Amino acid sequence: MKRWIAFWNILAKDMQAYYLKPPNISWGIIFPLAWTGMFFIRSGSGLDSVLGLLPGVMTISILFGTTSMLSVTITFERRSRSFERLLLAPVSLELLMLAKTSGAIVFGIVNAFVPVVIAAFLVELSGIAWSLVIPAIVLVGIVSTFLGLFIAVSVSEVFEAQTFSNFFRFPMIFLCGLFFPIMSLPIYIRPLSYILPVTYGVDILHGAINSEHIMSFMTDFLVISSFCIVLFLLSLYNIKRKWIS
Amino acid sequence: MNTKSTAFEVSKLTKHYGDVIAVNDISFSVNQGELFGFLGPNGAGKTTTINILTGLAWPDAGTMNIGGIDCTRNPKAAQHLVGIVPDESNLYPELTGFGNLCFCAALYGIRKNERQKRAWELLEVFGLTDAADRKFAGYSKGMKRKLTFAAGIIHQPPILFLDEPTTGIDVASARQVRQIIAELHRQGTTVFLTTHYIEEAERLCERIAFIVKGKIVQTDRIVDLLKPVKGKNILLLSVSNGERDYSDEMKRAFPQYQVQSLKPSEIRIESTEQIIVGPMVRFLEERGVQVTEARRQTPSLEDVFVQVTGIEAELMKKEKEKIGGGGNQ
Repeated sequence: MKRWIAFWNILAKDMQAYYLKPPNISWGIIFPLAWTGMFFIRSGSGLDSVLGLLPGVMTISILFGTTSMLSVTITFERRSRSFERLLLAPVSLELLMLAKTSGAIVFGIVNAFVPVVIAAFLVELSGIAWSLVIPAIVLVGIVSTFLGLFIAVSVSEVFEAQTFSNFFRFPMIFLCGLFFPIMSLPIYIRPLSYILPVTYGVDILHGAINSEHIMSFMTDFLVISSFCIVLFLLSLYNIKRKWIS
Repeated sequence: MNTKSTAFEVSKLTKHYGDVIAVNDISFSVNQGELFGFLGPNGAGKTTTINILTGLAWPDAGTMNIGGIDCTRNPKAAQHLVGIVPDESNLYPELTGFGNLCFCAALYGIRKNERQKRAWELLEVFGLTDAADRKFAGYSKGMKRKLTFAAGIIHQPPILFLDEPTTGIDVASARQVRQIIAELHRQGTTVFLTTHYIEEAERLCERIAFIVKGKIVQTDRIVDLLKPVKGKNILLLSVSNGERDYSDEMKRAFPQYQVQSLKPSEIRIESTEQIIVGPMVRFLEERGVQVTEARRQTPSLEDVFVQVTGIEAELMKKEKEKIGGGGNQ
């Protein structure tokens, strides 16, 4: 019970101190709106393209929301030494980091639904397999957040966190099938797509929304879940090695 | 509380940072309810020792046991038993004073009503109730230090680690912090205090370890540490117009005394015999040096520290203040 009081309060503190701040709320709305608008206009195919764009816009909203916030807030807390407070708490490092990342995961999931709400005004969404979309969004949120954690543990300055985040994020836009099908990429680039975790989440979303996917859902779920576990364990290992030295 | 049983102990603890040995094969134990001081200059290994004991650093070798729990391989195992007030404030700048205390209490699993009650109590004890709703970022240095102290004891730990708790804060705040430390000790809390202020250690602690370059050079009760200097007479002469160091000439003229020039304006004379002031004042005046003050000093822990470590206490204090930003004694 005591551990869960700690868990809940870390999550609540982060939500209050970082994620529910007006600039972040507006970021969460404007960012997906801008991407949706951009691709919608670029596609030139009218409202028919909305469902085709939705998986990519949802994923990009999660990816940018979670990685930016988590890597910056953790680096900031490390610089101000307040992160030490967490390390001194009688709670396991695993639970501490889960608490620390859960705020970003929730933020990412909420961000993902902004384009869905916008799309609901434009097209019929009744054909979407929500039983696949929801776990896919949750997994993309988790994997993006753990990527942000991995970045935060690898850097020491806030600006480094931003730069390093972009090193991963921007290639993912083009390589993970968000807006350009993986099969349309040059064959020698495709292996890169398959080593990026977001690819598998986007594949589920494309399958659930447009019935177009290149791998089985089982493979997608297994691979993206494995990425979540590996990134989390790798980050914990780095925290122990670098921050509790 | 049984004051004889051990609150925590470390054995042959060693820690390297690259080629630097921060802590070198140290062993000591602290009894329950004891106020134990760790005295040494910058870089002596005081903070590293606390970091290892509180789980912020891994030892390279050695063992440690806190409250009967072997936490050498699992530093988290005893974290519920300890509180820490680090050498720099580590609270959340974006939270209020009250919010910070409640959050820190929550990290120890304290329920909402209890943590709010405890937070108000501590804000009152530290005189911070008026600033309870202000963000921590806007606090003065002294207020930050006091709130950090309050956060360290919010869960009423039986063992408290204090890392330079009065460094860099004003006289009134330092005095208040010392009173709180004494009160916690009176209530039975085991306190491990690192400081470079010898007077503070002498005033508060029951037992002290001198640590220099990662090694403990002596550990004893204050009364036992003072034994070698007991019976010694010390005279301090404040001088002006003293352009050069007369200590060597004085040593030759008064071989029965130990003469030492502490700084250009101060000469220290030490002897086991009664020190006769007149001849020395005349000796200096004949050389154009004016003696503005002569005062006898009771031998203190500072004398023991200088004798044992060879480090000038005044130098150690200034060095720390240069880093810490201001003194408080």
